[in-house]
Amino acid sequence: MSIPLSLTVNGQAVTTTVDARTLLVDLLRTGLALTGTHVGCDTAQCGACTVLVDGRAVKSCNVLAAQVAGAKVQTIEGLAAEDGTLHPMQAAFRECHGLQCGFCTPGMVMSALDLVARHPGADEAKIREELEGNLCRCTGYQNIVKAVRLGAAEMAK
Amino acid sequence: MGANETGPIGQAVRRREDARFLTGTGQYTDDVTMPRQTCAYFLRSPHAHANIRSIDTKAAKAAPGVVAIYVGADLTGVNGLPCGWLITGTDGKPMNEPPHPVLAQGKVRHVGDPVAVVVAESLLEAKDAAEMIAVDYEVLPAVVSGVDALKPGAPQIHEQAPGNKCYTWALGDKAAVDAAFATAHHVSKVDIVNNRLVPNAIEPRAAVASYNRAEQSYTLYVASQNPHVERLLMTAFVLGLPETKVRVIAPDVGGGFGSKIYLYAEETALVWASKHVNRPIRWAADRSEAFISDAHGRDHVTHAEMAVDKDGRFLAMRVTTTANLGAYLSTFASCIPTILYATLLAGQYTTPAIYCEVTAAFTNTVPVDAYRGAGRPEATYVVERVVHQVGVDLGIAQDEIRRRNFIRAFPYATPVALTYDTGNYDQTLDEAMRMADVAHFTSRKAEAARRGKLRGLGYSSYIEACGLAPSNIAGALGARAGLYEAGEVRVNPTGGVTVFTGSHSHGQGHETTFAQIVADKLGIDMANVEIVHGDTGRIPFGMGTYGSRSLAVGGTAIVKAIDKVVAKGKKIAAHLLEAAETDIEFKDGKFTVAGTDRSKAFGEVALAAYVPHIYPLDKLEPGLNETAFYDPTNFTYPAGTHICEVEIDPDTGVTEVVNFVACDDFGNIINPMIVEGQVHGGLAQGLGQALLENCVYDAKTGQLLSGSFMDYAMPRADDLPTFKVSTKVTPCTHNPLGAKGCGEAGAIGAPAAMMNAVHDALLGVGVKDIQMPASPHRVWQAIQSAKAGA
Repeated sequence: MSIPLSLTVNGQAVTTTVDARTLLVDLLRTGLALTGTHVGCDTAQCGACTVLVDGRAVKSCNVLAAQVAGAKVQTIEGLAAEDGTLHPMQAAFRECHGLQCGFCTPGMVMSALDLVARHPGADEAKIREELEGNLCRCTGYQNIVKAVRLGAAEMAK
Repeated sequence: MGANETGPIGQAVRRREDARFLTGTGQYTDDVTMPRQTCAYFLRSPHAHANIRSIDTKAAKAAPGVVAIYVGADLTGVNGLPCGWLITGTDGKPMNEPPHPVLAQGKVRHVGDPVAVVVAESLLEAKDAAEMIAVDYEVLPAVVSGVDALKPGAPQIHEQAPGNKCYTWALGDKAAVDAAFATAHHVSKVDIVNNRLVPNAIEPRAAVASYNRAEQSYTLYVASQNPHVERLLMTAFVLGLPETKVRVIAPDVGGGFGSKIYLYAEETALVWASKHVNRPIRWAADRSEAFISDAHGRDHVTHAEMAVDKDGRFLAMRVTTTANLGAYLSTFASCIPTILYATLLAGQYTTPAIYCEVTAAFTNTVPVDAYRGAGRPEATYVVERVVHQVGVDLGIAQDEIRRRNFIRAFPYATPVALTYDTGNYDQTLDEAMRMADVAHFTSRKAEAARRGKLRGLGYSSYIEACGLAPSNIAGALGARAGLYEAGEVRVNPTGGVTVFTGSHSHGQGHETTFAQIVADKLGIDMANVEIVHGDTGRIPFGMGTYGSRSLAVGGTAIVKAIDKVVAKGKKIAAHLLEAAETDIEFKDGKFTVAGTDRSKAFGEVALAAYVPHIYPLDKLEPGLNETAFYDPTNFTYPAGTHICEVEIDPDTGVTEVVNFVACDDFGNIINPMIVEGQVHGGLAQGLGQALLENCVYDAKTGQLLSGSFMDYAMPRADDLPTFKVSTKVTPCTHNPLGAKGCGEAGAIGAPAAMMNAVHDALLGVGVKDIQMPASPHRVWQAIQSAKAGA
């Protein structure tokens, strides 16, 4: 069953039709060619598919596209400025070597933005607790935690 | 080290690859799309062991969107997947090497064994159709543990492997070991289970295959650590295609850890089918599928004994191991519990005699192959657990028992076939002890005891053999491939340099590290250096990335190619400067006539090579493009000491890693930031093994019980401590970079450090033996059993 759908993705209005069982992540990756959002599991555990829906971090593999009708969706592609300047959180991940293979990174950055919005002054323990829903197999998380702290500080400036 | 003391080598240069990964513009295999593409879905066995009576695909083939369905019988002319290493057993016979079909041929041997592939217009249609395939299984009894599989009466998995045995193999001087044990002052013993792990790179395996009718050629995008090896094995051994007609591209790859080294059934089936349907076919594993189809790691059961004199000096070590290889021989499965394991049993010590016997068994489980460290974590775990036990048995402090036995004279030939070129084990132990504040451990332990908690300290002084490998040695040991690396340095007319490397980066940051080396050696800006990897269509050849080999072997190949570029550049510069070639010096990006101020910049020489108007055309070809293959003369031997401090709550069994320090010697370091990141990641996987991760099969049904991230405990951010890491340097003596490799050290050293700490903490409450992972349940049970037994 196809259903019509309108939403905003990275500031752009999108009007499309989707199969009723289409997941948000499939709409983003296949329908809109926004392949920065990744799929790393099928049980909503790894967080590689995390995007912001109306400002809140959401695992897009666990949401039907139809559920986000009318919402504002932000993905990793929508973070940097038009001239290519990285968002402070993106820049912090680079500065702190908070990524290796890069596969979990988009979800990690989007979760970090949600985290900072809710806990702007989060300490290391809080950041580690909040990142529970995002798996990284490369970094051991140490430099991700460092990056989130730096990113939060830069965003507060 | 570097040509320039202030050059990029040794600097914490921020990574160039990050820009695309941080903006969502990386291109992983599943991001590749092609016109007219189709989607594949693999129907897999739900049973651990069963005969296939029949497969009915009629209804499925008529389902909406289905393009084709193939089962094992359709794959005419397709051979099984090969194993790349021949092990010869103690009986002098080659290992039992049963067929490893691409799609099941009449029998399935593990849950997840592929039975059919459905190609459809969409993935959903492929999945829907797969549900309509009727497979009539005759379910057979299954066996999942290596030890059980070798027992009389166990279910027989392959006709070609009686008793489920692949081989019994041994290394070392048994007679010398037996003699030393007969007269030893004391023998310390440990029984060890090295738990089975699932690699779980966050990017699941994926492939996109297409066929070009005009060229009669194939292109395969695949999440692989070594595209050339993938192509060689697939074309020469399985599909019988000319290598020239297959291009394999491994684009951005989201982590590997060993699991993406191998030639798998899925991409092989896709390449074959792409010609038959004459359309591109894409496939990406979902995580549940990855758990039952990616090669697993470890899974050893070992008994180890160390004979010592009254002062704790090691006289001999005896090790017996059963290794579970799973249902089929994966690409390098056979060499992991043998060549990459028993050869490391000397560790950092002068143990004069060592004997190790390994029996490898087939079971109804996913094939087991190299996982980060590959044999060396298993060896380190054996050595460091038994050394710990010697210290406990003899009442000698853990640092002291190690110091009494350290190798201090190099080169050192071990009794298990390796020759260590260099090292300084006291240095890394001293520094690790300082970092861990061992001096004040007793007071911390007392303070914890006042709170009712148990503190323990554990050491692991590990060694690894990396930089795989001298091809002649590997060949003598059964390797069916060479283990060199290739590098091409193409200087473009305008002076920019494109480097083509056979190494593959899937998180290691080669695009940055290798560019640092090239910029440093040629005295040019890093911005003028481009690193290309992962494409058989562009790169001369390559053996890929595993075994911490990329810098020591792949980096050296690039250095050798640079040396050729500089040598030719000197000839060109001599002509341009009207000087003798022997008078030309190359430094800081300039060719200079020695003792004068007359020089030509690197870019000027490059231009002259491509616009050869003033050029020694009678003596020299135009162009500046050099290739080198580098085959190392020895392994490299990274080593170090890791110290772990744990605090256990005896009421709950919860183990907290309160401190973890690592002091490693990786030889010379090109980018310390990247090295530190590699260590962190390795430690996380090592602590994951010791604290959390365990791959569990149901013993009766052979079902994988830990088959998702809900059941398999991956380390999360709040499970791990903040590591303290540092490095010491003894440069490798046999490669020009002096580099040893750093990718696996964390995973090799960490498990023993942590489990020794757990044993140390629990010694006071009478627990003598606990296996990984030290989960709260296990620790609590061990404490209760000790109490009950006391």
